[in-house]
Amino acid sequence: MANSLLEMDDLRISFFTPAGEVKAVNGMSCALNQGEVLGIVGESGSGKSVSVTALMKLLVRPGKVVGGGIKFDGRDILAMSSKEMRGVRGKDISMIFQDPMTSLNPVFTIGNQLIETIRTHTGMPKKEAADRGVKMLAQVGINNPEKRMKQFPHELSGGMRQRVMIAMALSCSPKLLIADEPTTSLDVTIQAQILDLIKKMRDETGAAVILITHDLGIVSEICDRIMIMYAGRIVESGSVDDIYYSTAHPYTKGLLGCLPGSSKGVRAPLKAIEGNPVDLLDMPKGCGFASRCGECMKICLRENPPSFPIGEGHVSACWKHVPVNASEVRP
Amino acid sequence: MSENGKVLLETKDLKQHFKVIGENAFKKVKLKAVDGVSFSIRKGETFGLVGESGCGKSTIGKTLLRLHEPTSGSIIFDGTDITHANMKPFRKRMQIVFQDPYSSLNPRMTVGDIVGEPLDINRAYSSKNERREIIIDRLNLVGLNTEHMNRYPHEFSGGQRQRVSIARALALNPEFIVCDEPISALDVSIQAQVINKLIELQHELDLTYLFIAHDLAVVRHISNRVGVMYLGRLVELADAEELFKNPRHPYTQALLSVAPIPDPKLNREKGRILLEGEVPSPVNPPSGCCFRTRCKHATEECAQTRPEMEEAASRHFVSCLREKSIPEYVSA
Ligand SMILES: Nc1ncnc2c1ncn2[C@@H]1O[C@H](COP(=O)(O)OP(=O)(O)OP(=O)(O)O)[C@@H](O)[C@H]1O
Ligand SMILES: Nc1ncnc2c1ncn2[C@@H]1O[C@H](COP(=O)(O)OP(=O)(O)OP(=O)(O)O)[C@@H](O)[C@H]1O
Ligand SMILES: [Mg+2]
Ligand SMILES: [Mg+2]
Repeated sequence: MANSLLEMDDLRISFFTPAGEVKAVNGMSCALNQGEVLGIVGESGSGKSVSVTALMKLLVRPGKVVGGGIKFDGRDILAMSSKEMRGVRGKDISMIFQDPMTSLNPVFTIGNQLIETIRTHTGMPKKEAADRGVKMLAQVGINNPEKRMKQFPHELSGGMRQRVMIAMALSCSPKLLIADEPTTSLDVTIQAQILDLIKKMRDETGAAVILITHDLGIVSEICDRIMIMYAGRIVESGSVDDIYYSTAHPYTKGLLGCLPGSSKGVRAPLKAIEGNPVDLLDMPKGCGFASRCGECMKICLRENPPSFPIGEGHVSACWKHVPVNASEVRP
Repeated sequence: MSENGKVLLETKDLKQHFKVIGENAFKKVKLKAVDGVSFSIRKGETFGLVGESGCGKSTIGKTLLRLHEPTSGSIIFDGTDITHANMKPFRKRMQIVFQDPYSSLNPRMTVGDIVGEPLDINRAYSSKNERREIIIDRLNLVGLNTEHMNRYPHEFSGGQRQRVSIARALALNPEFIVCDEPISALDVSIQAQVINKLIELQHELDLTYLFIAHDLAVVRHISNRVGVMYLGRLVELADAEELFKNPRHPYTQALLSVAPIPDPKLNREKGRILLEGEVPSPVNPPSGCCFRTRCKHATEECAQTRPEMEEAASRHFVSCLREKSIPEYVSA
């Protein structure tokens, strides 16, 4: 795809800790077009936040990009100086972080931080930036925006802080909006408003959106395409309908199967995926999901499966998609 | 968990008002975070609490444990009025798992010591070995293992950290746990494990939960009874299945209609009741019914009279003056 807004090619990220190298992202490739909403879903610790942190060039030691490339709008992100990147961050690429409390500065008022963000990227005079700030707060459903501008982050509830973050991210009409679990702490009526807000922004400005979430309801509602991650790798990706109705990878099947409502009775045990995520310090040789997989074969323990095409734009990284020798079937 | 089981925790007209800086920076005003809430939770039962962000759910959870001093009303735990009591004997019996897995863990302590801290404070072991065993047991309960003991919180992802806080809350074998969005930071495969584990532990240890969450499917699954809050007040209270099948308050109906369903086709077809307007300020709540400013069924009377909780059907309470004329909810 020549005119993709964002291209990630075999991205690899490791953390060099005293205990050893944590391979957080193990070869991640994707392309994102303008106006597209991509959902990234996956196990906790599978590298979702770390990969977008690298994309924002906000990865700090001991984290390091150890391979692959990231291209945004034709520019090589990894080669940019931190000064160049400051011009991109917040303006062309905005991010809503997973944790609103650590990304808002506790000693400055909401207004202070909002006005500062807007001024840095637009050069607006203070008064105008303040008006814009108030308008943005109202747009994300915050009552009494003038008053909220004067308050400090700790005076707001978790949901309100997250809405402030969203207002801040949208205030500069970015080309790419990255939202890392943006509605996790919000109740559904506000979530619905915010998802509508993100959709509206996409429709009006043609911005692309990367939405990280573990809520399979949200992705099914707002995303065009979905990428499922496990242990630092993409295990399945495809259109929303591919993922929900032609599910290919055993991990994706497990995810959809363990939702409440899909099992028999209320308070009956849910069909959990047994076991724990792999230890990234000690990555197994084969498929990262093998130890928890009901369909595991011998080859899965030996070799990591590549992505196999399942349909148009639909790929799955699992050995069961190719014919294997009968002797391989049982682990 | 029977309908006439023993009540473990009860609140009566509980109010929690905070003094905050108002329009005029020199004058403090009252923010009515919780404004007259009454409910009871039976032993071994899960009481689910849902509602708009900022409606006071976390404040109720913290006030029950007296992490805030209640403004008025009362809290009765296991037959004792603890509204003003010395909490020392109750601390062990009542625990909380916080919403925010980041700020609630001490970054300078290893995960083992974080889970062990309540044990240390309460001297709940007779040997180092026993302490270690309890810690490993609690870590295993939440899906972490022995190697994780010596790592620090920053080495974990958000979801892994939340499991550490659950392990810590379980350390002292409490009777009552406030779970404030305990699983919203977890990915689904672990959510299912934790929900199963919470229910299993509940049966095994006869635990009682106040379960605060925004994921309605999860609340429906885990709760026996569910309370719906709006702007510091309870607007509807019923058994979980009844509430989700037959919501009667216009706010509850809107809430259920916008909950995302993990099914793209159903989502495209679903009729949604999108709420207009903004959540009013808890500093200056509307007169009469607190939901009337966003309610399409509201009339003159709703601005005059504050509705009380009325039993609309068996064990199903609704706080709405126009309850009789609200159309039945048709689910997706
Ligand atoms: N500073 C660090 N030192 C060592 N390991 C780290 C560090 N930061 C992250 N990691 C590891 O990198 C992996 C990826 O983490 P990341 O935060 O991207 O997970 P995630 O997919 O966003 O998970 P969640 O859904 O829980 O937010 C994790 O296994 C984590 O333990
Ligand atoms: N310590 C405090 N001082 C002043 N106001 C507070 C304090 N704690 C909470 N509030 C206010 O009380 C109201 C209720 O907050 P609370 O955190 O209980 O909401 P919540 O229902 O848990 O919301 P969320 O779903 O966003 O977590 C909010 O208006 C909040 O701003
Ligand atoms: Mg993350
Ligand atoms: Mg809360």
